[in-house]
Amino acid sequence: MKKKMSGGEILVRSLKREGAEVIFGYPGGSVLPIYDALYDADIQHILMRHEQAAAHAADGYARATGRAGVCMATSGPGATNLVTGIATASMDSSPLVALTGQVPTALIGRDSFQEADITGITLPVTKHNFLVKDVNDLARTIKEAFYIATTGRPGPVLVDIPRDVSGGTARYVEPGPVELPGYKPLVDPDPAMVPAAAKLIAEAQRPVIYAGGGVVSSGAHEELRRLAELIMAPVTTTLMGIGGFPGNHPLSLGMLGMHGTRYANYAVCECDLLVAVGARFDDRVTGKIETFAPEAKIIHIDIDPAEFGKNVRVDVPLAGDVRRVLQKLLDALQGASHQAWMERVDTWKKEFPLQYDTNGLKPQFIIRELDLLTGGNARITTEVGQNQMWAAQFYTYTRPRSFISSGGLGTMGFGFPAAIGVQVACPGETVFDIAGDGSIQMNIQELATVVSNDLPVNVAIMNNGFLGMVRQWQELFYRRRYSYTEIYGPDFVKVAEAYGAEGIRVTKPNEVRPALEQAIASPKPVFIDFLVEREENVVPMVPPGGSLSNMLG
Amino acid sequence: MRHTLAVLVENNPGVLARVAGLFSRRGFNIESLAVGRTENPAVSRMTIMVEADDRVLEQVIKQLRKLIEVLKVQDVTKEEHVDRELALMKVNAEPAKRAEIIQIVEIFRAHIVDIGRKTMIVEVTGDEGKVNALENALRPFGLKELVRTGKVAMLRGTRDMTTNGKEVEE
Ligand SMILES: Cc1ncc(C[n+]2csc(CCOP(=O)(O)OP(=O)(O)O)c2C)c(N)n1
Repeated sequence: MKKKMSGGEILVRSLKREGAEVIFGYPGGSVLPIYDALYDADIQHILMRHEQAAAHAADGYARATGRAGVCMATSGPGATNLVTGIATASMDSSPLVALTGQVPTALIGRDSFQEADITGITLPVTKHNFLVKDVNDLARTIKEAFYIATTGRPGPVLVDIPRDVSGGTARYVEPGPVELPGYKPLVDPDPAMVPAAAKLIAEAQRPVIYAGGGVVSSGAHEELRRLAELIMAPVTTTLMGIGGFPGNHPLSLGMLGMHGTRYANYAVCECDLLVAVGARFDDRVTGKIETFAPEAKIIHIDIDPAEFGKNVRVDVPLAGDVRRVLQKLLDALQGASHQAWMERVDTWKKEFPLQYDTNGLKPQFIIRELDLLTGGNARITTEVGQNQMWAAQFYTYTRPRSFISSGGLGTMGFGFPAAIGVQVACPGETVFDIAGDGSIQMNIQELATVVSNDLPVNVAIMNNGFLGMVRQWQELFYRRRYSYTEIYGPDFVKVAEAYGAEGIRVTKPNEVRPALEQAIASPKPVFIDFLVEREENVVPMVPPGGSLSNMLG
Repeated sequence: MRHTLAVLVENNPGVLARVAGLFSRRGFNIESLAVGRTENPAVSRMTIMVEADDRVLEQVIKQLRKLIEVLKVQDVTKEEHVDRELALMKVNAEPAKRAEIIQIVEIFRAHIVDIGRKTMIVEVTGDEGKVNALENALRPFGLKELVRTGKVAMLRGTRDMTTNGKEVEE
């Protein structure tokens, strides 16, 4: 007979079986039995300084690796602090496993100390969640949680573990294969639909491929490149799709949508076939839906059939794992060439490049310098706002999982903790969080985490003294009435130093390169406080609700 | 248009909240929802009436299918099916009016299941039209209380929706 283990030990063993290497967490009363098991377990635990940051770090880890990221918090306030991070992962289909402590089963529902109905609270922002009521169910539940989080359309799964469950004892029984009768993730497309898609592609004169995060998460970047080259179609990506197609490829159009390139948006407006690959026609991409790709037939490839027809009508839906669908499609296709179309697209590229003037210290210039210095090979995370859009526009991402950003939820405070997860996943690599002075203040306490764990994360703060993106909208749409968007910040250099990190201040363009070099060379985490032009705008821009053909700037 | 959905779900606590939450979150309108166990104790069956155009209906069905605990969703509206609803109506019934009420109840093949000093409770089972008609017929007497179960539905003949995860016919 195997000896009995505590629930905490069973949990650790289950996590190891799932291949989890690291937990981003924060302890508390109702996870004490779990932390006791972690004390001498050979699984890494990184003590964050806020549970929200734990969720973002696990999310960053997941996005950098494609494997589930694990975060943990105690019941009540610990659990509710995870919610923004879980919602962020949910909107971007990131495989996250969130473990929460809960009050003992006998106290549930009685407003007990530090009780929060976290399965109820996270219902709309998880792919699924569990409340484990019996320690004998724990091992199986963890297996199911990882399975659900990482298969099909990935997403966050929360497992709520009452204290008497983690503190209870049971024999560890190896769970059998996962059996979830209501969950059968799709893999291969309906074979009947593939020829229909191939036919549309063969007939197209002006095709455009519109690639989203599904390309990255299914690992379909190679197949996407082959498809684009085979049918000679330019490729534009969403924010989430960045890195899914090499930014330096001659067929690359960069990003489309609200702050996309003019040439990407023009190409979408004039194309006669749009091949949407792992993308979901978000309103930030389509602008006014009635005028989106008005002349195009649409092929939509996605793992989630609920995305077909949700926002736009689709001519040929191909449901399945994006990579598998592309493989089948490639088999069914012949090469094509669209000389006239490619010439037209190239003319737009030459006529309307992304640009900025070089008066003063410009954020775009800083990101270009970083791009040149790192050869497009750094892992970049971002905060939200102008910094995020410039990071998307001016760095050349050449490989998947190198651009990590909160797209769907747009969570300020994501980038720095996400960079922690990325650095843990990719120890030898250069990691930069491109930040705004507003966003960085939302999780700045994580300086303590990077310092105490020797994580050489770099943060490039585009310090404009404003909540820049909101200020930009106020400038453009509210007659420059800058209502509460001028934001005071601390001396970021001193803050970094106070925590034991390195701080560098940059005020002039010629200081940018040396500062970046110093940060990359430093074994310490570094904050660079770039005092940039205060009222620089992100252009071009499709005004909200406008058509992609009508761009400002 | 109104649709009748038959939904098989795992009989777990919280599954009703997942389904109801999905409807409210995505702005779908539930007109009625009836839920109960099936021939298989591990499985519950919901009958959901939803007002939706084709595009919204497709979303409702696909989003329901994404819930891990939802085993099967079928739109039975256009299929040959039987649907029934049960209602209890407490109607004012002064002794002088009782004969008239009893007559109406008989015409509808409903039953009187309780008689108080001033009221009677009428029980009726039928399709929605019949229940509506009886409600309208009794309203003039003064309906003090009305409760309806919401519709339950089942396909006719050999076509069925089994609970073992496999379906006989889509
Ligand atoms: C948590 C959160 N709160 C508010 C917002 C709304 N918002 C979007 S961009 C932005 C300004 C961000 O300012 P900053 O971090 O300084 O970046 P900048 O735009 O100046 O680059 C705000 C407040 C948000 N996205 N997330």
